[in-house]
Amino acid sequence: MRFARPISILVAAFAAPYLVASGALGDEPAKVTLTLKDHKFSPAEANAPAGKPFVIEVVNQDGTPAEFESKPLRIEKVVPGGKTITVTVHPQKAGRYAFFDDYNEATAQGALVVQ
Amino acid sequence: MLGALIIVFREIIEAGLIVGIVLAVTQGVPGSRLAVGLGVAAGVVGAVLVAAFAGVLAEAMAGVGQEIFNAAILLVAVAMLIWHNVWMASHGRELAMQVKQVGDAVRTGGRSIAALGIVCAVAVMREGSEVALFLYGLAASAGATTADLMTGSALGLLAGVAVTALTYLGLVTIPQRKLFAVTTVLISLVAAGLAAQAVAFLQQAGVLAILTDTAWDTSSILSDRSLFGRVLHTLVGYADQPSVLQVLTYFGTLALIVVLTKRFGAHRPAPRARAVGAAPAE
Repeated sequence: MRFARPISILVAAFAAPYLVASGALGDEPAKVTLTLKDHKFSPAEANAPAGKPFVIEVVNQDGTPAEFESKPLRIEKVVPGGKTITVTVHPQKAGRYAFFDDYNEATAQGALVVQ
Repeated sequence: MLGALIIVFREIIEAGLIVGIVLAVTQGVPGSRLAVGLGVAAGVVGAVLVAAFAGVLAEAMAGVGQEIFNAAILLVAVAMLIWHNVWMASHGRELAMQVKQVGDAVRTGGRSIAALGIVCAVAVMREGSEVALFLYGLAASAGATTADLMTGSALGLLAGVAVTALTYLGLVTIPQRKLFAVTTVLISLVAAGLAAQAVAFLQQAGVLAILTDTAWDTSSILSDRSLFGRVLHTLVGYADQPSVLQVLTYFGTLALIVVLTKRFGAHRPAPRARAVGAAPAE
């Protein structure tokens, strides 16, 4: 039982911000839809609002899995073949945020223009 | 072919490094090879299962199943690494000094070894599931270049195994007494890095919607997608664009390990050692 304590401290350490975080859902956030077909994004460039959360929806029309990834937005999410995923992006400053499909980086590239 | 090699290698380098470290840490401990072997095997099975059910996972928990799952297994690995370090702090000295009760220590040591086996399983499962998905994509899109890509993937896997071997062989050249200190620090840094990764997934899921701003951007100096960046990412938790909360988590985890190690490390050994001890009892 000696280790019940460190583990419970650990759990508490991670759970505390978890409890603080939920809430604060005002009006419906803007949604950006990106479609993957033949390992290419369309649109390859899209706009998103600055300073407020928005949702990126990735529709994978290819039969093979993709991994939607954006370094500056810190997104990393598998999109199985034929599936759609969404990810909510935290408020961002104006700027250009690149994204790509980690499995098909050569062709599947794009960027979000936040303004 | 080179592209496939790089993708597969990049995905498994983290698992390769971690398994190499665990092999070095547990070197010479009875049953440790079996634990690592079982851990890796379980990780491979887990990786295939995760890849096979990627669709289910993606749709689970209102669309954030993937993030929660990744965060959860990373936190399991973090807990196991911390536990191992704390366990070593309280028993390691007895083991090293060959004090009595070695039989007892080895028996309880079995639990610590099992914890490291679980760490191997988690590392292999997490990175391996992405490799499995990538390979599935290759197999599904059968074309003229598929065989070529499969060769590249196989070479990437071999390179990952080579990383394990190099890590292990490099670490075991360190003299036994220093090895303990080196691996303790290394395991602490790995654990802190994995905790920060878990936080990134929780932030992505919207669960930890605080301190999400980017703390720094050193991607133009050293990208954590580059080979060297990736190695540093695993070994010391380097990230080129971490969030503020990730940075706090990293240092918070290190602080937690130091506190727990001090507390439980000074607690256990013989009463004599305690008289000298630094940590207060409760």
